[in-house]
Amino acid sequence: MVPADRKYTQEHEWILVDGGTGTVGVTEFAAHELGDIVFVELPAVGSTFTQGDAVGTIESVKAVADLYLPVSGEIVAVNDAVTGSPELLNSDSFGGGWLVKVKLSAPAELDALLDAAAYNELLGG
Amino acid sequence: MDDLTGLKTTPLTAWHRAHGAKMVPYAGYEMPVQYEGVLAEHAAVREHVGLFDITHMGEIFVDGPLAEAWLDGLVTNRVTGGALGKVVYTAMCKDDGGVLDDMLIYRLGAERWLVVCNAANHDKIAAWMKKHVPAAGVAMDDRSDATALIAVQGPDSRELLGRLARLANLHADIAALDFYTAFTCPGASGEWIVSRTGYTGEHGYELYLPNADALAVWEELATRGADLGVAPIGLAARDTLRFEVCYCLYGHELGESITPLEAGIGWAVKLKKDAFTGVAALRAQQAAGVPRKLIALEVTGRGIARQDARVLYQGRDVGYVTSGTFSPTLKKPLALALVETGVPAGELMIDIRGKGVEARTTAFPFLSARVKGDPLAARTPA
Repeated sequence: MVPADRKYTQEHEWILVDGGTGTVGVTEFAAHELGDIVFVELPAVGSTFTQGDAVGTIESVKAVADLYLPVSGEIVAVNDAVTGSPELLNSDSFGGGWLVKVKLSAPAELDALLDAAAYNELLGG
Repeated sequence: MDDLTGLKTTPLTAWHRAHGAKMVPYAGYEMPVQYEGVLAEHAAVREHVGLFDITHMGEIFVDGPLAEAWLDGLVTNRVTGGALGKVVYTAMCKDDGGVLDDMLIYRLGAERWLVVCNAANHDKIAAWMKKHVPAAGVAMDDRSDATALIAVQGPDSRELLGRLARLANLHADIAALDFYTAFTCPGASGEWIVSRTGYTGEHGYELYLPNADALAVWEELATRGADLGVAPIGLAARDTLRFEVCYCLYGHELGESITPLEAGIGWAVKLKKDAFTGVAALRAQQAAGVPRKLIALEVTGRGIARQDARVLYQGRDVGYVTSGTFSPTLKKPLALALVETGVPAGELMIDIRGKGVEARTTAFPFLSARVKGDPLAARTPA
């Protein structure tokens, strides 16, 4: 079961909203599917994006995945701990392995994201 | 999830599934790509010992009074004159010098040989050999579907192999095995071939077994090697292990549009041999100057260069990456690339998904193989 305090995307990102800011990461499933993650590239703080934009890259030894922003907004923080220690994504994807914080410009976008139950269903129960 | 229906299996497939392997389609087989994780598996082979199921490889036995001369004419390296048990790494080329496959050829008897080819090329190689086999004097016996192949690789591989009950009386033979030599011995269900070969850059062995013997041997190695830290190793780590020591992999550094001279395995091409398929083209290429060369690169900018990424020198496209990944041992992104011969050592750029990332040439290999002397000898990084 995935944490119930946040929303999910079909592409296996999660977003945990506090006030007007959302913390974004990828799910444990996504990290596990990629395998040992060895490289993470994140966007510049201050840049703005619209929902669904590819804003970063996550690479394992074998594969490359894009990080899609689940909501529109401005990047207000990136997790430097993860760029320095990408293995955090494998060991703590829902916590210390968060990737960016985004100031939401269209909070209504959250309504269309998956809740924990729906995401679990996507994973096959 | 990958669709695995209709794929061939090995005698170990059920074991892999039961031990948490992620199974993928590979060259028509359902094979384990990883178990615990590529980094842990890679480290297990560099530091201890790992077990690889490489049963998908092709095994074609060749027998007869004309076998030696015939094989010698099919491949780039010299197979004639070798001692019993000698193993030769070679390319098999087309007339134009392009590589059909790279392979091992074992001398198992005065007139008996074993050709071991890549799984992805097995059908092509079997058909090529069949097409060229003389009407008399050579018999081909393709035993790929009946033969299991287990690689035991790592500094503790000799210790582990010696613990197999079936080899208990053969410790002297194991100890006497030089790199690229083999012996045969009776196994439970038929002949076993034990060779000191492998594709990891570590001291190691490969065991060719009748299918019926594979599971018992694998389980015995896994059980008896527990105190040595033995681990099953998937295809992902097999790739990173060979990559660090710069061993060519077909479909990457080798292919039908790449000659062995370009790929840097000219040492396995004996241009002075009387004749072999492709010799005229390869002699001409050598005389005219080999147009491309394989180079080793360290990515100094941020990114991991992958296969097919373009390589730029002073803004000009000069070639492409053949293999690239994050080196688990050296902990940095490295790449092999096939580029124009004139490109000098130094700074280059790699186009990584539309972004120019700095790279610079570095010495071959990234990591020195530890295959010749003491398996526990210290390693010299490049």
